[in-house]
Amino acid sequence: MAEQIKEPILELAGLRKTFGEAVAVDDVSLTLPPAGAVAIVGESGSGKTTVARMIVGLERPTAGRITACGRDRSAPPRSARERRRRGGEVQIVFQDPYSSLDPRQSPGAAVEEILRLHTSLSAPRRRERVAELADLVGLSDRHMAALPSALSGGQRQRVAIARALAAEPRILILDESVAALDVSIQAQVLNVLADVRERTGVAYLFISHDLAVVRQIADDIVVMRHGSIVERGPAARVLDEPGHPYTRLLRASVPRPGWRPTRKEQEKA
Amino acid sequence: MSGILEISRLTVTLPTPDRPKPVLSDVSLSIAEGQAVGLVGESGSGKSMTARSIVRLLPPGARVEGAIRYQGTDVGGLRGAALRELRAGVPMIFQDPRAHINPVRTIGDFLTEALRIRGRVGRRQAEQRAVRVLGEVGIADGGRRLRQYPHELSGGLLQRVMIAATLLAEPKLLLADEPTTALDVTTQAEVMAVLDELRRERGLAMLFITHDLELAAAVCDRTAVMYAGRVMEVRASAALHDDPLHPYTAALTAARPSLERRADRLATIPGRPLSAFEAPDGCVFCERCPHVREGCRTRRPELRPMSDGEVACLRAEELQAASHG
Repeated sequence: MAEQIKEPILELAGLRKTFGEAVAVDDVSLTLPPAGAVAIVGESGSGKTTVARMIVGLERPTAGRITACGRDRSAPPRSARERRRRGGEVQIVFQDPYSSLDPRQSPGAAVEEILRLHTSLSAPRRRERVAELADLVGLSDRHMAALPSALSGGQRQRVAIARALAAEPRILILDESVAALDVSIQAQVLNVLADVRERTGVAYLFISHDLAVVRQIADDIVVMRHGSIVERGPAARVLDEPGHPYTRLLRASVPRPGWRPTRKEQEKA
Repeated sequence: MSGILEISRLTVTLPTPDRPKPVLSDVSLSIAEGQAVGLVGESGSGKSMTARSIVRLLPPGARVEGAIRYQGTDVGGLRGAALRELRAGVPMIFQDPRAHINPVRTIGDFLTEALRIRGRVGRRQAEQRAVRVLGEVGIADGGRRLRQYPHELSGGLLQRVMIAATLLAEPKLLLADEPTTALDVTTQAEVMAVLDELRRERGLAMLFITHDLELAAAVCDRTAVMYAGRVMEVRASAALHDDPLHPYTAALTAARPSLERRADRLATIPGRPLSAFEAPDGCVFCERCPHVREGCRTRRPELRPMSDGEVACLRAEELQAASHG
């Protein structure tokens, strides 16, 4: 992706968020190219989720600028129309598939609702599109007609992805979206995500603490700690030759055969 | 061998409104003194249920067949005081420490309660012992910590308090159910380091439940892989990780993305993990197995000795020969 110079689809410039005295995000700048995949890596308190929440408008930045699809979205939308347009540009999938679906709504109805809201498709075309999206994420008609309570975590997460994609966003934010999945299901979902990016050209902002997953999905990595970016670069470079001591610590903390866990320092706080 | 824990052919069935549902079938596993055994599996594989069976913390109405012997005593026969004794002596730590501590009592109350009530130890002495075990898990300023409340401590610190609490009973065996899953990786490393030191210094045996095969391979002497309420393979951790004998273990290893390189596509396992009650006849993994043969659908493979461990697969020798040939 480095060779083409494309207008970024998402650009964060000098983003900052404070909650009272606490600085959650401090001077974060990054760009996401169209059809790109950038991962934000960090531990609890790194500010990675706050960045995601600011992009989708769930938090208002204290300072800095967010530009998506060439339009500024640093301030809250002024109309329902504007809000909907923003929803059509950026969608988000959260970590917990158990709390992100309406328990009384079938996946099919949930996806159809988004199509009604975000597209001008006719009712028969919407039904076809629901089937296409289900197929894209590997869910059967039976799954799409069931209630969320009848689905496993992995199936629910695929529903959440299908629903997010229904709005045909240019940018999909995946906030720890595969973290809660079983290994065998996680592999299925990661493959689906790779396919979807290839077929639709959607760009991913992938937020995760799992370095192996990040390596599989992302072109570039941004490492955050205590609200700031400490390192960034192509995924292979950051993971194989981490430059910042914190990235090295993260890399060394991943268990593997022969790994000796070590105590870092005396605890703080 | 001198097993501190011997589980043989453990089968657990839970009552449900329509019919009894099996959750574990024919689980056999042993832990030697001072040994760490990893129990790895996906949701519904029965790993937590196995740990709970050991201290008889099963849902009401559970039917248990087979035997569990802790230091030679069949735990199935224990009642009253003897059962309480067992539970105190084989402590358990969980994924979410915050769910297992009273948020309105201090760390000091939490750590000294059992000593003062059960052990009839005076307050001052109990506090001294609490500070000492906190020191053992790397919490230096124990005196101050005793006066703090759970919400004042980070998740990693609180999990170490939980580990410290288990040490007060001078256990020989610790049951750890995903104790680091909710923690950040750097915190996980610290908590694992603490557990590792305790094992070496105290000769503590451990049953370590995790979904992370790499973590088990890193910290456990032996690892058992469970699927649909059954043990599929038990072997020395490194051997199991590097050269799996059971197709499920191999599939699990292959499905996990690698930190070293990006795969073109991840090898997936078709379908989803099954629980014991939905498992097919024959081999429980047969519907998802890439090496399935007709015989696998009708004959249920027993866990049997092979190379340096045990495996429950009819075709294990054949597959091993093929992969090494």
